[in-house]
Amino acid sequence: MDKLLVTVFGLGAIGFIYWFFFGKNEEASTQTHVLVNGGYMPSTIKIPVGKSTTLMFTRTDANTCLEDFYIPDFKIKKYFPMNTPVTVTLLPPTRGTFGFHCGMNMFHGKIEVV
Amino acid sequence: MKTSFPIVGMHCASCARLIEKKLTRTPGVTAAAVNYGSEEASVEHDDTVTPKTLSDAVADVGYKAIIEGNNSKTPNDIKEEAKKAELTDLQKKVTVSAALSIMVFFGSFPEWFPFVPKILSDPMVLLFLATPVQFWAGWRFYQATWSSLKNRSAGMDTLISIGTTAAYGYSLLFLFHVTNAMYFDTGAVIITLILLGRYFEARAKAHTGDAIKKLLNLSAKTARVLRNGKELDIPIDQVRVGDTLRVRPGEKIPVDGKITDGFSSIDESMVTGESLPVDKKRGDAVIGATINTTGTFLFLATSVGGDTMLSRIVKMVAEAQSSRAPIQRLADTVSGYFVPIVLMLAVATFVLWFDIGTFAQAFTNMIAVLIIACPCALGLATPTAIMVGTGRGAEHGILIKDAESLEIANKIKVIVFDKTGTLTNGKPTVTDIETVVPGLTRDPRGSRHVSRDDILSIAASLEKGSEHSLAAAILAKAAGQKLLHVTGFKAIPGVGISGTINKKHYTFGKPKKSYHNLENQGKTVMELTQGSKTLGIIAVADTLKDQAKDMVSTLSRMGIAVWMVTGDNPRTAAAIAGQAGITNVLAGVLPDQKADKIKSLRSPGSLRPPIISFVGDGINDAPALASADVGIAMGTGTDVAIESAGITLLNTNLMSVVSAIKLSRASLSVIKQNLFWAFGYNVILIPVAMGVLYPIMGIFLNPAIAAFAMAASSISVVGNSLRLKTARI
Repeated sequence: MDKLLVTVFGLGAIGFIYWFFFGKNEEASTQTHVLVNGGYMPSTIKIPVGKSTTLMFTRTDANTCLEDFYIPDFKIKKYFPMNTPVTVTLLPPTRGTFGFHCGMNMFHGKIEVV
Repeated sequence: MKTSFPIVGMHCASCARLIEKKLTRTPGVTAAAVNYGSEEASVEHDDTVTPKTLSDAVADVGYKAIIEGNNSKTPNDIKEEAKKAELTDLQKKVTVSAALSIMVFFGSFPEWFPFVPKILSDPMVLLFLATPVQFWAGWRFYQATWSSLKNRSAGMDTLISIGTTAAYGYSLLFLFHVTNAMYFDTGAVIITLILLGRYFEARAKAHTGDAIKKLLNLSAKTARVLRNGKELDIPIDQVRVGDTLRVRPGEKIPVDGKITDGFSSIDESMVTGESLPVDKKRGDAVIGATINTTGTFLFLATSVGGDTMLSRIVKMVAEAQSSRAPIQRLADTVSGYFVPIVLMLAVATFVLWFDIGTFAQAFTNMIAVLIIACPCALGLATPTAIMVGTGRGAEHGILIKDAESLEIANKIKVIVFDKTGTLTNGKPTVTDIETVVPGLTRDPRGSRHVSRDDILSIAASLEKGSEHSLAAAILAKAAGQKLLHVTGFKAIPGVGISGTINKKHYTFGKPKKSYHNLENQGKTVMELTQGSKTLGIIAVADTLKDQAKDMVSTLSRMGIAVWMVTGDNPRTAAAIAGQAGITNVLAGVLPDQKADKIKSLRSPGSLRPPIISFVGDGINDAPALASADVGIAMGTGTDVAIESAGITLLNTNLMSVVSAIKLSRASLSVIKQNLFWAFGYNVILIPVAMGVLYPIMGIFLNPAIAAFAMAASSISVVGNSLRLKTARI
């Protein structure tokens, strides 16, 4: 009986983990202020093609993984000091989706150029 | 002047009006507009307004302006400070939690350590010792987990906090007689080991960015400027374009410029990697941050601040370090799914072992899975190697545009060199002076026979008025000799030049007969005649750089086919190529055909065309540099070259080409080792933690050992990347 219960709960937990992490469906945001706290909020940012857009990132999370920030396709690397806004200016020449991530590549987000 | 900058802290449109008013009233500001929506200010002002004035004005009304240069601390300084504080904090936590964990460990196994006082094994004492480790030293894991879960994402810390909390919570329930075992030691040891790992990793990681720090430290702090007839020492950021600056022996040249008076020998090794000092005179360009050795000179500042060569180099290295190497793609994809998958595997492990084994097996294996998984190593594998590799290159005057160029350069199979200025010195020099029939001709000034010196002297005197490209070579050879007075100078297109010296008429130019011996060596021969008599000849050629032969043989040994491309006729081309040991020659290629010729080497139809590199001077060769898989621009730091080339060599030493390829090979091998280690580690040890070895060998992975392995794996990846600092290139 115990075994059955643990198995059922276990399978349920796996399903929940899957839904919790992979099931989120975030809409691209046009907001240019990004809060860096346990990830990037918003994590999908929509910006216009061919126009210079300045994004502002503020890290409020002490986790050192988030202190470095990379947008490899734009060759951008920034250091985010705690509670200090840092600006990142992009001038995307083409449309497309470009990922960004933290120093250890564990927290991700993307920039949609439209 | 117009300055735009973001403002932080506005919460309504009236805040924007308030800041706008304050800025408009600031002396020197002609107009200011603050947009609440974009949170940006745009200010028109004159030269008296500095970024600091603007940020002070904004701060006066209670908001914060983000302007570069308004703070005496650079982002690097802030980062350094934060890193120092972080290291001190980690050190404190590691020390305290290590002491506590050792006691918890001893207390948890009284049967192994009979000498330990009994009181340490008391559950309440263990709780008392383990709690600070769990919630004080380990607090950062909770903070990070909470904020990432809010975002529905998870990182390394999520795994650690879930794993250790499970151990701690289960043990806590033991105190209430709900469970029948304690795992205080597991939680405490894991947290201590992981913090220890973080400490070493943070220390090692700080060194991956050393190259940029070194470059930044190269710049001079002050400059001696001539203003209103006086010499003043001023901070470097106050130097303006057009200032005249004085540099004394042993001093650092503050900014880029052009010598206006004096001469000296300058040590440029720190920027270009050129090992020998370079002689510079009036009109020559000097690079900021290089060191003046002996002379004193004045120079005109031509670029300052962010426009100097050093700033451009720093910017380029920083950009390259932020780019992505194609080899990293798989690791990137895996990282995105890693942590949630490990969480699911941990649950599956628990269920499986609960069903087929005991609760204790299920529980410890689950914790081992959570703790052993190390996405950090995957994330650090490529970027740390790229950082150290590009930095190492910059120290040798090898600028790598992006991680992709560094990666591809390792696969170069064919390398095409432009001849003039790349393989050769690019300046024709006099190689031979010969008297044709010694003893038969008379000197214009007397009865002596015509000597080699006489031929040079007459030719140089005639060439003085000529604009022919070879004239410079002859005049340079005759430097220091007194030139003779020429009357009736005439340039005859296609033939040469003529003039009268001491009443004798001379012609110098195209020879009437062929000099096969010299011409076959790629030399241009000019004949000096007096009337119908030939007096002698002068041969001029562009000479091969000293290192060319060594470089070609080294490249061949490395399995790379060497080609030469030139606009010269096949005979001259073959002569130069022969001297360098190059057998593959593309001669008679016009500058605009070079790009097509390079493409044609790709052997059309082949499934895997060879990776081709083109080495040129970067100014006329931009299309060829861009059309090659890896363009290598040599002896230049111009924007055009940097833009079109994947690799820019700041010096003119041909061996730098070999160094660049060796650096790429060394970096790639480190990246491959790192990725192999990081993938292998996770692919092998996660199943081991899940208990796959138990049925075969009866082994389970102790969670504390899992914590040790996890900490060691990311340190070893960073440590392996740091090896590139001493790699032989």
